[in-house]
Amino acid sequence: MDIIVCAKNVPDVAEADLNISDKGTDIDKEDLVFGINDWDNYAIEEAVLLKEKYGGTVTAITVGSEDDEEVLRRCLAMGADTAIRIDVDGISRFDSFVISKILSRVVKDLQFDLIFTGVLAEDDYCGMVGMMMAEELNINHANMITALEIEDGKARTTSELEGGLGEVSLIELPALLTIQTGINEPRYVSILGIRKAAKKELKTIELPDLGISDEELSPRTIIEEAFLPPETEGAEILAGNPDKISSDLIEILKKKGVME
Amino acid sequence: MDFNLTKEQQDIQRAAREFALGEFPERAQEFDRDETFDLDIWRKACELGFVGVFIDEAHEGAGLGFFEHCLIVEEFWAVDAGIANAIITASFGAEMLGMFATEEQKNKYLSPIPKGEAIMGTAITEPDAGSDVTCATTSAVRDGDEYIINGTKMFTTNGSIANYLLVFCQTDPDNPDRHQRHSFFIVETDRAGYEANKIHGKLGIRANDTAEVSLVNVRVPASNLVGQEGKGFKNLMDFFNVTRLHICAMAVGIARAALEESVAHIKKRHQFGVPLASFQINQFKIAEMATKIRAARNLYYEAAWLADKGKIDHGLVAMAKWFSGEMAVRCADEALQMHGGYGYIDEYKVQRIYRDAKIVEIYEGTKEIEKIIVANSILG
Repeated sequence: MDIIVCAKNVPDVAEADLNISDKGTDIDKEDLVFGINDWDNYAIEEAVLLKEKYGGTVTAITVGSEDDEEVLRRCLAMGADTAIRIDVDGISRFDSFVISKILSRVVKDLQFDLIFTGVLAEDDYCGMVGMMMAEELNINHANMITALEIEDGKARTTSELEGGLGEVSLIELPALLTIQTGINEPRYVSILGIRKAAKKELKTIELPDLGISDEELSPRTIIEEAFLPPETEGAEILAGNPDKISSDLIEILKKKGVME
Repeated sequence: MDFNLTKEQQDIQRAAREFALGEFPERAQEFDRDETFDLDIWRKACELGFVGVFIDEAHEGAGLGFFEHCLIVEEFWAVDAGIANAIITASFGAEMLGMFATEEQKNKYLSPIPKGEAIMGTAITEPDAGSDVTCATTSAVRDGDEYIINGTKMFTTNGSIANYLLVFCQTDPDNPDRHQRHSFFIVETDRAGYEANKIHGKLGIRANDTAEVSLVNVRVPASNLVGQEGKGFKNLMDFFNVTRLHICAMAVGIARAALEESVAHIKKRHQFGVPLASFQINQFKIAEMATKIRAARNLYYEAAWLADKGKIDHGLVAMAKWFSGEMAVRCADEALQMHGGYGYIDEYKVQRIYRDAKIVEIYEGTKEIEKIIVANSILG
């Protein structure tokens, strides 16, 4: 089972104070702490688990600068065999369309049964790269995978649907799956893993060497303006004794249609 | 001069941080309140290779340096000091085995440590011998192929849970040179005459076991002598020169936690209609904390970097130790002050930080002793 995992280095924005960058079309990422996109962490874990079960190889790929190699070293430390970085400085100038073109171009020349991407990336929440890659490569795909089994060379996948429903599919390989968080419990990176990773191959490909046309490297999504959400009115504080507060609360919830 | 960590060091730091954040916060308050620990967390840390990274590969370690060990300790302490210590002190004494033990001793006592098959400790302090370790009276008397050990050890880390301890014993009480009277022995804790009583009511690092150890006619084979007889004091000083490095890392780690808690709190808490962070008095506190943390870290980074190059700078290690210890206690104090009443109750992490920090000014050389070492290195 040869598996390719696409991973992205993203800023941690959950607790950070965000500012809009000078250009006004992105957040300022200068002082933010970067790390592997959470969904990709589950994707690499799933790939390594399959490798441990069925043998084969795991290749991790990212599009980014030298700093973004941190994500690939992590994948190698978790058990990937090789890693590839397509050297691009400042990938935020690219949209999902361009990134999927670049990744597809590299992946096309590799041997694979499965390609994993995370469902989403925490920085832009677009969630399109996986599907666009599958279309570009003309292979089967399934999204939001919460469970995966291999049966007679096919993938039995469970996709997460709304309302907690699951959809089970049997998919012919090769296929691309976008991996949902919670599918497994990603391992911690070990010291031994880090030491082994240092001896594994981490290849860099220059973007111009891929021969992708300027047309294909032109983003289809143009961001005109980024802005912080405007401050809204403060919360409504309910007053009175606990009985009054709780009945007022229920009244409000009913009005909003949350309770019947 | 290059102030950057290598990629490998950055990865180690990140891995240690992630492990600590994943495992410590949920259990920290429980262990602190109950003075307990869950050894499964130590086992996990060993499986991942965080314990004893400075131990050579031939003895199951990662073959890294004390610098990398310090990086791990700092990250662990930045999350929770008690759990951090319960894990990393499992190798307390391995530094000495690495330096002075025979190959046979290393195979037997060093190799199990990184694998998580044994916990060790080092018993030095006695009821009447603290900073002046030459006063230690626990005796080891030769009897044929054995030594008979008698005495009491105080504040022994891991005393009641360790598989074996390195015990600092008097072997030549009449030697005119008080620095040549002692020797180190490995004492397995299941030997007859060994008894440990866990010390309760510690101010901080309460997840980490500390015990009073009583040794009554404990017989150990002569092959349990570590290093040369009579060189115990000298070996102890060499040992402290490397272990004091990780104390600095502890100090920087906990000071970082103090800063982090403070920043989060003063940005959130409003008084007089504005966040506490808008008052210059608090801004200055934050500025001073951040500066001192950086200074302490640079001091210990240099000392640890030199140690791994085989160039121990005794005075520099002592500078780093007292400075970082005092800095940590000061940061913890300011952090609690900025929390006001909330900081005084144990639901708030800063209260634990305040109690945990104090130990770094005390163990493995009080700051007063460290200053004497610094002064001696200058005045001669």
